This record gives sequence, C-alpha cells and structure tokens, in this order.
Amino acid sequence: MKIRHDGTSFATTAVTAGRRLHPLPVRIMHWINAVAMIVMIMSGWGIYDDYVIVNGLHFPPSLRLGTWAVASLRWHFAGMWLLALNGLAYLSYGIATGRLRERMLPIRMRELLQTVRDTLHFKIAHDDLTIYNAVQKLLYIVVILAAICQVATGLLIWKPVQFSSGVALLGGFQAVRLEHFIGMSVIVGFLVVHVILSLLVPRTLWAMIGGGPRLQRTRVGT
Amino acid sequence: MRSPFRPQKPPNPAILDDHRPLIRSLERRGLIRAGLSLGALRLLTGCDVGSSQSVEDALSWISTWNDRVQAALFDPNRLAPTYPASMILKPPKFNAYFDITDLKPVDGRTWKLELAGRIADKRPWTAEKIATLPETSMVIRHVCVEGWDYIGGWSGPTLRSFLERVGADLRAKYVAFKTADDYPSSIDMATALHPQTLLATKYAGETLADPFGYPLRLRMATKLGYKNPKWITAIEVTNTYLGGYWESLGENWFGGI
Repeated sequence: MKIRHDGTSFATTAVTAGRRLHPLPVRIMHWINAVAMIVMIMSGWGIYDDYVIVNGLHFPPSLRLGTWAVASLRWHFAGMWLLALNGLAYLSYGIATGRLRERMLPIRMRELLQTVRDTLHFKIAHDDLTIYNAVQKLLYIVVILAAICQVATGLLIWKPVQFSSGVALLGGFQAVRLEHFIGMSVIVGFLVVHVILSLLVPRTLWAMIGGGPRLQRTRVGT
Repeated sequence: MRSPFRPQKPPNPAILDDHRPLIRSLERRGLIRAGLSLGALRLLTGCDVGSSQSVEDALSWISTWNDRVQAALFDPNRLAPTYPASMILKPPKFNAYFDITDLKPVDGRTWKLELAGRIADKRPWTAEKIATLPETSMVIRHVCVEGWDYIGGWSGPTLRSFLERVGADLRAKYVAFKTADDYPSSIDMATALHPQTLLATKYAGETLADPFGYPLRLRMATKLGYKNPKWITAIEVTNTYLGGYWESLGENWFGGI
C-alpha cells in the first residue's frame, strides 16, 4: 500500500501497467450480469402483477418474462442463481484485485457537485474513459449495494420462516416485499441512465465489449 | 371471486403428467442448454424464449434442484413465529383453483379418510375418530406464493402423531394427499414430521367451515399456502414422487418458507 501525492491510497501489487480499462473477466461478468438482471427484473414484474404493491401499477404482459405467474416464478428462481453466483464472483474479483476501490473511491463532494453542474450543461463527454467522474462512482456504488440488498431481501421473501429474525429486523413480510420492490426500482432507474449514457457516449459501450484503452503507467503510480 | 393465481388459459396438466418421469430424469445438460438458450442476443432481439421446450426442461431441472436446496435449508427443529389469538383473521381467506361459488361441500357424516402406501394400519378414519386424537393449536402466518399473507389460527392433531398412530413408515420420502376437490398434493417427510404440521379440523377454535377444507385439511407453518390441501380424503405414505396440482403446471414442489 502506497500513498499517492493527492493523498489517496492504492494497492500497487494489484495494478499492472498496460492492463485494459475493463479486463476480460470484468467484461464477461458485466454481460452475464446484464442478462441475469433483465431476467430477474422482467420475471419479477410477472410475479408482482399477481398481487400488486402499488395500487393501479401493473406491468404489461409484453414487459414480463413468463406467460403467467408460475412461469415468471420459474424464471425468477432460476435467474437468482446466475445473478447471485456471478455477483459473488464479481465482488470477490473486485475486492481481491483492488479494482473496486481503485475505480470507485474516493468520491469527493466538490467533484460530485461539479459533475452534476457539468451534466446539467450537457457537458457529458468523457475525454478519458479510464477515469470515472464522481457521479459515475456514486451510481456504481449505489447499484452494487442495491443488488446486494436485492439478494438479501429476496432470500428473506423466499424463506421468511427459516430466516424469520431477518424478516422481523426489516419490518415484517410485507415490508420486505416493499423493500425488494424499491430495490428493483433503484436498479431499473440506474439501468435507464446507464443505457442512455452509454449510447450517448458509444466509446464506453465498445470499451465494455473490447476492453477499452490501456491504462497509463503514470496513472498507476511509480 | 376468481383467484388471480389461475392462469388465463390453463395448460392441460395431463401433458405434463405424461412427461413427468422424463422431466425429473433431466441431467446437468439441461442447465447447459438453458445457458446457451439464454444468450443476451435472444433476449435483446425479443424472441419468445419462454416457449422453447428445452428452456422449459431446463427451468424444470432448476426447480428440482431448488427442491433439494430448500430441503437442505429446512431446519426440522426451527419453529415458525406464532402470534396472539387476537390477530387471527376471521373468516380466513378463501383460495382455491376454482371460484367459491363452485364449492362442493363435503358431507362430514359419510366422509372417510382413506389410508394407503407404507402404513401398517390402513383402516379408514371417520371424523369422530380423528376428534379423539390429542389436539394441537397454532396461530401462524399464511404466506401465499402470490405475495399476500394473513394470520390464521388452526387446531387438530399433528400429522406426526397421526402417522405414528397408524404405523406409517416415517423413513419414507413422501406423504401424499388426495382431496375432494381433486387437488392432489405431496410433501417431504421432514416437513410432515415438523411440530407445526397439523391435520387441521378447526379454525379459530371452531369446526372448519366448508370453504376452508371441512372436515380435514393440512396446515403447515413452514410451507407456502398452495402446499396445504383442503378437503382431504386420502393420505398415502410413499417413496414415489407424486407431485401435485400446481406442481404439474410448473410450480415448485418443495414450496418451503
């Protein structure tokens, strides 16, 4: 562990010069996650429609995975393995290589406000793809935490008796259903912004397929 | 009220029944096939991935795998939370695969409980004879797979005490039920022996009303609502997987909570 001139720390052992912005394992896990998330969200909407949480809010059949609730449940309880195992692999990789901390931290309030101001002025061009701006970092952290919460609340809804103390801690069975729904809303909200921005700056999309630019040794430290 | 759980167009259960042994014998390759079929491209191009037979087979394979995971998660000594009698919903929620207007009440005077399979004493039971068994009461949460729930108060002999009384093979794999509403069901032996698994004859201290399974229904604190057959007419202890009504339409068999 060394300290950079700007005071941030990084793991020297984990970062190799010349590595691509998105190493192959990250790209594979990203796209597996994309499929898993879409399966979970669309099958979740099919399950939701059987007993709605928000009065009057139904998801149309064209947005549901599964022709009826039982089919949606089959998808949901299959997709959960893909989502959870891939997510576990992603977090393990990100923590073990130091990549998560390197890419997501630190977030400074001043940078955050500046980025929001820039975005409102339609200055969203990424000159350097290898540096995440403060809003990006915050959104990625929020969506990762939301996904972790979804796995936890999903497990409680699936097994409210085996994990009854967890259900009580989060306010009861219907409260956990609501929390699972809110978690989905956060992820869908992220997804909309994420997809729109990647289409506005297509280089980011190609980077998640081909790997993107190679990281500069000078950024990595000496 | 029509149950929202009913499919718009119910598939013919006979089709799945015919292929049940095939579906259950599926091996790992089903999962690989699912992985291939599940490619992002197919989703993004809007193909109807839900209609392919190989996808259905893979989903059935995973559902069977989930049965095993749930059996491993099931702790036979863990009791479900119980609640004060003041929270009991009266009357309970009616739910079946048919409308309440199509209900065919069971005549308690002629009703008999038949026994079959790995049971020493297969003499049928009458309602009066069941009433002589020691009674257990529990106030538990009913959780429906659709997402709704309510607190109910149930009384009757534990299934365990009944199975012991008739000399059932408690090492058999399954306990299966037949009902007057033609709603076959089956559960794992571990859940059958759980202390909060009752052959309920009463709700909120009074004899079960017709819409809720009179004269005898299963009530388990550790499984989803659809796993609890009502208007039971026969119990079989068996090592053969017999599935159930919703299970034959694709619903998960273990259905534990």
